[in-house]
Amino acid sequence: MRCIVLKVENITKIYHTPNKQVRAIDEVSLHVDSGEFVVVEGPSGSGKSTLLLTAGSLLTPDEGLILIDGKNPYALSSNKRAKFRAEKIGFVFQQFHLIPYLSVLENILTPSILTKGENTHEDAMQLIGRFGLTERVHHVLAELSTGERQRTALARAFINSPNLILADEPTGNLDRENAKIVIESLAEFANTGGSVFLVTHDTSAAKYATRTLHLENGRMRND
Amino acid sequence: MNIRHILTKEILYRWRNFALGLFAVTVAVGSLTGALTLLKVHEFQTQKILNEKEEETEKKMAILKDEMRKATLKLSFNLLILPEEQSIRDLHMNGCPSEYMPEEYVTRLAESGIVLVRHFLPTLQQKIKWPEKKRTITLVGARGEVPNLHKDPRKPLVEPVPPGTIVLGYGLHHSLGLQVGDKVKLLGREFTVHKCYEERGSKDDFTAWIHLRAAQELLKKEGMINAILALECLCAQVEDLLPKVRNEIEQILPGTQVIEKGTKALARAEARARVGQEAKAAVEREKQHRDEMRSERELFAAILVPLVMVACAMWIGLLGFNNVRDRKTEIAIQRAMGFRARQIMFLFLSKFLIMGLLGGAIGIFAGLVFGRWLGIAMEGDIVGIAAGTLFDPGQLLLALITAPVLTVISGWIPAMIAAQQDPAVVLREK
Repeated sequence: MRCIVLKVENITKIYHTPNKQVRAIDEVSLHVDSGEFVVVEGPSGSGKSTLLLTAGSLLTPDEGLILIDGKNPYALSSNKRAKFRAEKIGFVFQQFHLIPYLSVLENILTPSILTKGENTHEDAMQLIGRFGLTERVHHVLAELSTGERQRTALARAFINSPNLILADEPTGNLDRENAKIVIESLAEFANTGGSVFLVTHDTSAAKYATRTLHLENGRMRND
Repeated sequence: MNIRHILTKEILYRWRNFALGLFAVTVAVGSLTGALTLLKVHEFQTQKILNEKEEETEKKMAILKDEMRKATLKLSFNLLILPEEQSIRDLHMNGCPSEYMPEEYVTRLAESGIVLVRHFLPTLQQKIKWPEKKRTITLVGARGEVPNLHKDPRKPLVEPVPPGTIVLGYGLHHSLGLQVGDKVKLLGREFTVHKCYEERGSKDDFTAWIHLRAAQELLKKEGMINAILALECLCAQVEDLLPKVRNEIEQILPGTQVIEKGTKALARAEARARVGQEAKAAVEREKQHRDEMRSERELFAAILVPLVMVACAMWIGLLGFNNVRDRKTEIAIQRAMGFRARQIMFLFLSKFLIMGLLGGAIGIFAGLVFGRWLGIAMEGDIVGIAAGTLFDPGQLLLALITAPVLTVISGWIPAMIAAQQDPAVVLREK
């Protein structure tokens, strides 16, 4: 039975600059169910990243409501929200954002510090094997290829077995082969009951999606 | 895998940043420890100099006292005991006494237990014509000092004239061309010149000293003397001296009189006391100078050390800001993953704490070595001051507390900024 993992209800986010106000997202509503792979497509500047960060409990919306597993993360204190994020959400970014001085294994294990999950080392080694990083276990960022970096970031997002993966242009810096690995991994995650919410301007991800949405000038386009 | 692991890895990865911070802490703690060590070296050194000076002063004072005793003798004696019938006027006119008393008086005096006089010198003096040399001289027969048998024995003030010898004043040996070892005849008896005095500018220059026994025989005054010189009358209470001694001597030797020779002795006693006071004042001046120098150095350290510490604190703060800027994305992703603000603070403040503890330990060592080296350079040789004596556990504790406190305070604002950083802003920019 499917349930709503992420619910976005009429959220608006306004950026205030000295000269003007920019409505980055404007009354957007959507939901992602368990086992769903939802892709939000849109051109640069359409508000995709803002939507993802807001959905990821990192950017408080000016209006509207976010519910993740039925809970409003913004109603929680800063510390509780951080813990909630560690337990429920995995992030994947275009720039990977790996910690440069940690090895592949250490990067993957970093989120587990926060949840103190059991068997994390074994889980990490399994993910390393799954993403073809066995030869790179103790290598640091500078010693990895772009694809290996993103696969490491993906493994890091999976380590705490989150309910929801939020991915921001995860294939933006990758070649076709690595892009395919990443997208297929995300699709597989969704197939096993997880939820994926991916924002991209690359239309090729859409063929793996269970649902594709379009964002333009901060508003959902009804196709 | 835990936060401490991330902390260690980050320190090793950005070791230059850490090393620069460590250097700043080392400089701050080193300047504090160095200044304290330097002050301690200075204190030890000046104390050593003071001790040496005091010791030297004491030695000089002892020598001076001895020389003063002798100087007192050379110029005149403290007291002169004469026969009662001796006219003082004649004494001053002739330059020597003309009346006589038994030599046995001196023995009686020595055995009497008189407490105010230490030595007695019996003499027989007479102005005579030296027929062999056609000169008028004062002949003094002396037998050496008779110590007061009831006082502590001390080195004699006057060396006795050995029998068969003669001691000549400057005017005599100079004009007669006599030297030590020469043979000379006096009143038909041959003497060997035992000593030739330097010029004194007194009647001593025309005086000849021979042994008392020989003088008594030559002057046909066997068993007689005409003066007893009382030496080293205790001068502590000079104002009461004469009446006491006179009273004491008159009781022991009825028929004698005592002449004060104390004016000069008093002056010398005062001079001696003044020399002592001057020596003490010199030591006091040295102490005062030391205190002034110490105050100056303390003031200098009190200004310099806080300045260095503030500069180092600012330097550590700047390094902290730089570190936060470098780790902006890293902090943002950590926050996105669920790191709490206090965990980010922990990562930064722990680093500053380690920097402080490590820098403190190195700073103490460096400060001790540098302070000692500078001490040697400024104070000269500090042999005798063991390195261990410069090491103060209280100082160690002070530095070990100061250093981490300094670094944590300096790093607090950068750590706060890191912890309060909005990850969304950074991630959106990237």
